[in-house]
Amino acid sequence: MINKKVFNVKDALEGVKSGMTLMVGGFGLSGIPENAIEQLVKLELTDLICISNNAGVDDFGLGLLLKKHQIKKMISSYVGENDEFERQMLSGELEVDLIPQGTLAEKCRSAQSGIPAFYTPAGFGTEVAEGKETRAFGNKMYVLEHAFKADFSFVKAWKGDEAGNLIFKGTARNFNPNMCGAAKITVAEVEEIVPLGELDPNQIHIPGIFIQRIFQGSNYEKRIEQRTIRKN
Amino acid sequence: MLDKIGIAKRIAKEVKDGYYVNLGIGIPTLVANFVRDDIEVEFQSENGVLGMGPFPFEGEEDADIINAGKQTITTLPGASFFDSALSFSMIRGQHVDLTILGAMEVSENGDIANWKIPGFMVKGMGGAMDLVASAENIIVAMMHTNKKGKSKLLKRCSLPLTGVGCINKIVTNLAVIEITDGGFKLLERAPGISVEEIVSSTDGRLIIDGDIPEMIID
Repeated sequence: MINKKVFNVKDALEGVKSGMTLMVGGFGLSGIPENAIEQLVKLELTDLICISNNAGVDDFGLGLLLKKHQIKKMISSYVGENDEFERQMLSGELEVDLIPQGTLAEKCRSAQSGIPAFYTPAGFGTEVAEGKETRAFGNKMYVLEHAFKADFSFVKAWKGDEAGNLIFKGTARNFNPNMCGAAKITVAEVEEIVPLGELDPNQIHIPGIFIQRIFQGSNYEKRIEQRTIRKN
Repeated sequence: MLDKIGIAKRIAKEVKDGYYVNLGIGIPTLVANFVRDDIEVEFQSENGVLGMGPFPFEGEEDADIINAGKQTITTLPGASFFDSALSFSMIRGQHVDLTILGAMEVSENGDIANWKIPGFMVKGMGGAMDLVASAENIIVAMMHTNKKGKSKLLKRCSLPLTGVGCINKIVTNLAVIEITDGGFKLLERAPGISVEEIVSSTDGRLIIDGDIPEMIID
């Protein structure tokens, strides 16, 4: 077993510097690497380029980094829940690349998989395709999109082991598996590190080969963005 | 004239037995409440769940189980979770039978705009561009006119596009309209709404062929 375990978030983020490109897992506030984000705030890094489907809310998730102007550029598909984000974007303080969600996922997966680029129908005929190569396959048009290049990937899983094997829970899975191994260094934080051998190999979602560092996170808030219930 | 619930009820009639369905945020989400209970349908949410159930009872919410609108949900027996790339394999790979989404504008050739108002509102396209570029069966759920009373059914969209020539059908508070080679084709009127009212609320070319029946909602 190749041991990927580090003992705390400080060690896990060793080597992260201002100006780096970071992948950050999560959909809305579900499945975000809360501990890594908190540490990025503490490190006071600036000029970060963040690849993440959303940008958190004003006082949680990546919103914490935005509030302190630590992010230079966001690459996301949807940013509707964050007023500060919208303000910084419309005023020009923050660079933003909005790209289709499936394209975002595939740009991660391609980086993970050694595929430099791919054709997708998403965005053809829209401003997303401007300046990009397009091509017909059959009678349909497609846009050439390139894999991401990133320095660090921060992902959150439910359970993991010292070998870096991961299991996700519910829809907190989302972009996290696609970002594993998609950057030079992937840091996984998990709610629980279980003893080696406890995870059933048949049930593992992401094998440890994609992970460089794993640690057990703490104090997960797991904030719910839209608490929606049904009447009895 | 229909309210949002009425639009959702009418669209629910388009959901057929055996369909996998993706519902967008807003009115489309309501559609799930009105699908006939004698047919088998599975709802997909692009954040990574197939087999979505109703909202949870109070106290049973789980931060790790949400839909693409970030609302807490439940799952039904037979449900599955998956990652975002696989979710869009379902969508781009045309494994989803029906897509229902909202729009700011639709043009008579089936273009849709629903993600950006330059200089004013930029929320992003989310999964909408992947959905409209791939799905073969797309229904738009929206109000016929905007808050200023201007038609959202246009000759050409004025806002940045989400997709081109991709919409098949529109259900509004006034009408059911099909997109044809010749433009918008009026299929049904909302209860109590005249053809003239629909004509005056529609900017693009509207084809009216024979008697237009009133929608059956319930």
